[in-house]
Amino acid sequence: MASGVKPRVKVPKTAAAGDVITIKTLISHKMESGRRKDKKGELIPREIINRFTCEFNGQSVLEVILEPAVSTNPYFEFQAKVPESGEFKFTWYDDDGSVYDTSKSIKVS
Amino acid sequence: MELTRRNALALGAGAFAATLLPLPALATPEATQEAIAALTGGADMGEGGITLTAPEIAENGNTVPISVDAPGATEITILASANPDPKVITFKFGPLAGAQSASTRIRLAGTQDVIAVAKMADGSFVKASSAVKVTIGGCGG
Amino acid sequence: MIFSSLKKTMGLASIAALALGAVVARAEQAPKDATLVINGDTKLVTHVKPPSYIPGLSDAYSGWRFRATETQALETDDFDNPGMIFVDQAKDTWNAVDGTEGKSCASCHGAPEESMKGVRASYPKWDPAMGKVATIEMEVNNCRTTRMGAKAWKYTGKDMTDMSALITLQSRGMPVDVAVNGPAKSTWEHGKEMYYTRTGQLELSCASCHEDHYGDLIRAEILSQGQINGFPTYRLKNGKLNSIHARFKGCVRDTRAETYKPGSADFVALELYVASRGNGLSVEGPSVRN
Repeated sequence: MASGVKPRVKVPKTAAAGDVITIKTLISHKMESGRRKDKKGELIPREIINRFTCEFNGQSVLEVILEPAVSTNPYFEFQAKVPESGEFKFTWYDDDGSVYDTSKSIKVS
Repeated sequence: MELTRRNALALGAGAFAATLLPLPALATPEATQEAIAALTGGADMGEGGITLTAPEIAENGNTVPISVDAPGATEITILASANPDPKVITFKFGPLAGAQSASTRIRLAGTQDVIAVAKMADGSFVKASSAVKVTIGGCGG
Repeated sequence: MIFSSLKKTMGLASIAALALGAVVARAEQAPKDATLVINGDTKLVTHVKPPSYIPGLSDAYSGWRFRATETQALETDDFDNPGMIFVDQAKDTWNAVDGTEGKSCASCHGAPEESMKGVRASYPKWDPAMGKVATIEMEVNNCRTTRMGAKAWKYTGKDMTDMSALITLQSRGMPVDVAVNGPAKSTWEHGKEMYYTRTGQLELSCASCHEDHYGDLIRAEILSQGQINGFPTYRLKNGKLNSIHARFKGCVRDTRAETYKPGSADFVALELYVASRGNGLSVEGPSVRN
């Protein structure tokens, strides 16, 4: 598991049914591209977050396929429809098999 | 031109300068076209209905903020025409996507065109392109 | 790397001329006339008249003013600011027990929002117990080693820089206010001397670029005044938080001079002097720069 990997998400706490809200996500991850060389001149192996998903109450909001050209500490901003109260689940998948996740609840008035 | 020592030095400096910058092997136009063809199956791409926002001059190629918007798209792929590998990122919009838009930050190896290709709900494709200048800073530190 | 290759073909004098020529190029723009408001509610001062003991500057500008619009925007929201995730990590560290005494920072200092409020704004400052001017990093390591029984952190390492960002955040919006007189005076004078002394292969002093040519282009980058009110800073260039001494070390190295050690008396003196050049500017920390 890569060290120091911490996810962070910004989701409004409340919304009206049917609202479109803005979600921001960030995860601290080096995104080692596999093209850098170490001091000995050897290639540092690739290790990136290669996939991200956001689901709400089990339904897909967004899926992202990442390549090494995504910057260190991958950041996404996107819109989600909120039909009812529930939970957003965010999941990041690392090349090395690790999975990082976090979730945020939202209350619909 | 007479090959004086001054000329030889100038020629050498020019040749040297070309090799100075540690540029990675950059994507060829063919590689970028291949990557796009892999997405579209060779289909023609329309223009319009997709907006790609990228800075005109990126203050640092490591972290370039971009955003893309294509109402009605099922997915959008971003390509960097002169990166070592042209593929950058693909956004796939689910049923609960509030809009077919997304923002992120990408790495650009040098001045180049950033290309966005959106697959629409009817299976057609549209594309937008934005030229981004990537500068070399003055002082590293 | 580029310079050593150039040296083979051009000779030293030409390199210096090239460097100076690059620095002298006039900028297309003065510092942007923009206002920095963070999270919609915290307004920061990014332009002041410097104090009288900084006669070389007619205006003091935060580095924020010199950056591209997209870079500036990243600092206006604590979520968009990638440095803030490291403040989160430092909060976890603050609350974690470390060392033989079984204490965490919180054991003595409680919540950082209360105990660290305003601290960064007055550092570096004379510490009577240490008998010298101390930086925040020195205070942290002093606490760790003498009170927590924990190992000292590397001065410019991730743990220390993240913690420095957490502490700095508690002074955000407050004016930088370091003392230049009293017991700190001789340290300040030493820092001032370093700032104005030309050194190294390129015979450059800090002032050569940061006082004489701020706002001008150095190759394709706009020179700032080298203020440190925004440190630690998240640099787009390396995707992480950067500390003051790490930046000093790199800057001196880039002028092709023998650089100094982070945490050394020389850099502490330089930090005190450079901080005073920004007295009155708001602490921004952590900021976002290129």
